[in-house]
Amino acid sequence: MSKLNVTRRGVIKTGAVAGAGLALPTYLSAASHSGYTNAPTGSTVTLGFNVPQTGPYADEGADELRAYELAVEHLNGGGDGGMLSTFSSKALDGTGILGKKVEYVTGDTQTKSDAARASAKSMIEKDGAIMITGGSSSGVAIAVQGLCQEAGVIFMAGLTHSNDTTGKDKKANGFRHFFNGYMSGAALAPVLAKMYGNDRKAYHLTADYTWGWTQQESIAAATEALGWETVNNVLTPLAATDFSSYIAPVLNSGADVLVLNHYGGNMVNSLTNAVQFGLREKVVNGKDFEIVVPLYSRLMAKGAGANVKGIFGSTNWHWSLQDEGSKAFVKSFGTKYGFPPSQAAHTCYVQTLLYADAAQRAGSFNPCAIAEALEGYEFDGLGNGPTLYRAEDHQCFKDVLVVKGKDNPTSEFDLLEIVEVTPRAQVEYAPDHPMFAGGSLGSCNPGA
Amino acid sequence: MDAIILQVLNGLDKGSAYALIALGLTLIFGTLGVVNFAHGALFMIGAFCSVTLQRILNLSFETVDPTKTDFLGNPLKVKTPYVESWFGPEMGSTIIDWSVPLAILFAIPIMILIGFVMERGLIKHFYKRPHADQILVTFGLAIVLQEVIKYFYGANPIQTPAPEALTGVAQLTSTIVYPIWRIVYFCFAVAIIGAVFAFLQFTTFGMVVRAGMADRETVGLLGIDIDKRFTLMFGLAAAVAGLAGVMYGPINAPNYHMGMDFLVLSFVVVVVGGMGSLPGAVAAGFLLGILESFASMKEVITLVPGINQIIIYLVAIVILLTRPRGLMGRKGVME
Repeated sequence: MSKLNVTRRGVIKTGAVAGAGLALPTYLSAASHSGYTNAPTGSTVTLGFNVPQTGPYADEGADELRAYELAVEHLNGGGDGGMLSTFSSKALDGTGILGKKVEYVTGDTQTKSDAARASAKSMIEKDGAIMITGGSSSGVAIAVQGLCQEAGVIFMAGLTHSNDTTGKDKKANGFRHFFNGYMSGAALAPVLAKMYGNDRKAYHLTADYTWGWTQQESIAAATEALGWETVNNVLTPLAATDFSSYIAPVLNSGADVLVLNHYGGNMVNSLTNAVQFGLREKVVNGKDFEIVVPLYSRLMAKGAGANVKGIFGSTNWHWSLQDEGSKAFVKSFGTKYGFPPSQAAHTCYVQTLLYADAAQRAGSFNPCAIAEALEGYEFDGLGNGPTLYRAEDHQCFKDVLVVKGKDNPTSEFDLLEIVEVTPRAQVEYAPDHPMFAGGSLGSCNPGA
Repeated sequence: MDAIILQVLNGLDKGSAYALIALGLTLIFGTLGVVNFAHGALFMIGAFCSVTLQRILNLSFETVDPTKTDFLGNPLKVKTPYVESWFGPEMGSTIIDWSVPLAILFAIPIMILIGFVMERGLIKHFYKRPHADQILVTFGLAIVLQEVIKYFYGANPIQTPAPEALTGVAQLTSTIVYPIWRIVYFCFAVAIIGAVFAFLQFTTFGMVVRAGMADRETVGLLGIDIDKRFTLMFGLAAAVAGLAGVMYGPINAPNYHMGMDFLVLSFVVVVVGGMGSLPGAVAAGFLLGILESFASMKEVITLVPGINQIIIYLVAIVILLTRPRGLMGRKGVME
């Protein structure tokens, strides 16, 4: 015969477990009746813009937010419509998404994974956001993408360049329009070989986190394939501010190229330090010493000032592009804010339109219907030429820009010049490429 | 051998910034007994004095160049700095070029004033409170100050380049080159440190301050208003941190977070040097700067992975275990 032992401690424990169960996030239970998380029931639909509003990438985040606000304005029929008029899909008509007016909430990622997850979670659970988008860091993008997969909402990544985002950490609910480290290497290496020759010795300084590792691996593989030798790769702490002790050994290393796999403040400081040490005036192995920055952004170039002059890198998009989509976006953004948009602003604006268009075409806000509409989707008119959202990894494939720091800028925004528009075919890779191996999309989670 | 010499130079250079910040920190601690976590913010504000002067000197009027267009296709507005129109293009651009050294003169009164306001307005109310309270309030102040700077100047770094004549590298030996501005920074730091020591050592004011640091009560009993002098020392410490920031701008572009980047390291420097010891702070600043540089060498990282990130803290642990008062700490301080 069993005996029931009721103790005070037992009651408290049971109560705590039951309480925790009842307090489970609403996305695990409340939305189940509608078939997917945060199904819009009224006349509006809420999007969640998760961008760095504080911290070192706050300026980039502010530009992303401007682009999102512009996208919402255009989706709701305001302004001049921007890229809606150049987008190859004509599903969007300026009446919101599926007849619902688009509203938005914002979160602050602080460029910290835990803070970004917390703000995304809050937007999903408290504000009823049906889609999360934004970010300026791969670490953050991967963390938030994982959360959105669990929560059953679509994640449209902002600025994230690590191979892992659509490689080993890819998720069925996550989509990336921005290019990646592999594409930077594939686009940049031939231009570097053409400019600097095939017989070069490269010294890499690499930010010690997911983006830095995959960027270094990509650019090293691409340049080595063209005959370059990688003489050294030194990992630098993300928190480093003065890179002089990492730059000084380059002077006598026998290298004639320095590759700075750094972004943001790291890139501004390492490039400034490299120029201070006279690397650009140095002649090694009978050749002029060169510096390469694989991933450029206009905001970073502004931070680095005159140090970027003549230095090659790659970028996802640039405001000086002359296709109709880019011109329409620059006009809308420039008229509203008084300066041209950054590449971060562009990718965020485009991601919002792509999400809205997918929902419109699918006729549903169900994340799985939207994912299906985006998978294998071919489109044009959004500033990068014909683009494919590949079904196998949810990565966009499009032309990549190779850029160079401008020698004679005419304004504070005119810092980079486009050297080459590398065709999409040159930056494509197989879905099972070793640099992207190790993960699987899994299946779409509608959250119910 | 060249690599070792270069890392020693790098260490002296890094150590210069650590020593200047730690000097001010320990000066405040030694005189007022306050653990000032807002000291890094003073370094950052100094750097932004330089940014501000650069912006003032670049204040411009606009003219329209109809032959060129901006990004929207409108006629291009060309900006010409007022100083160039007042003093001529050559003289005007020279003034702008020398904005960082000029910012020294600009920063001194501003930093002293900020030091005064900080001390009289906030910190004096915490003299008799526990160190934990002082740390909390000054840390909070540091965050407020950096957010204010971010609000006005943005989060992106802002370049404050060295004058053209002081950029480039100096050929020290046939195989060793080193950036001229970094040598200037080291010499500047040595001069400032020397000036502070001379001031404390050879002036009556300095003598009273040193006496107050040794025994505040007795000096007070002699009828000397030691509090007033200590307030002035707070202003001096703020100026030293500010000048360190002004001159650091060309090495790394100022950003709102730079104070925090240096703060923790500077505290370690103060603790290693010995709380309240001025020579200790300077010696520890240079020592830790050099060790940090050596720990960044690929050969060392290969031998002990991750050593570049922990070396300073490792040394601090070893020194505090073997010499609990730090390198030159005095008995009875923080004990």
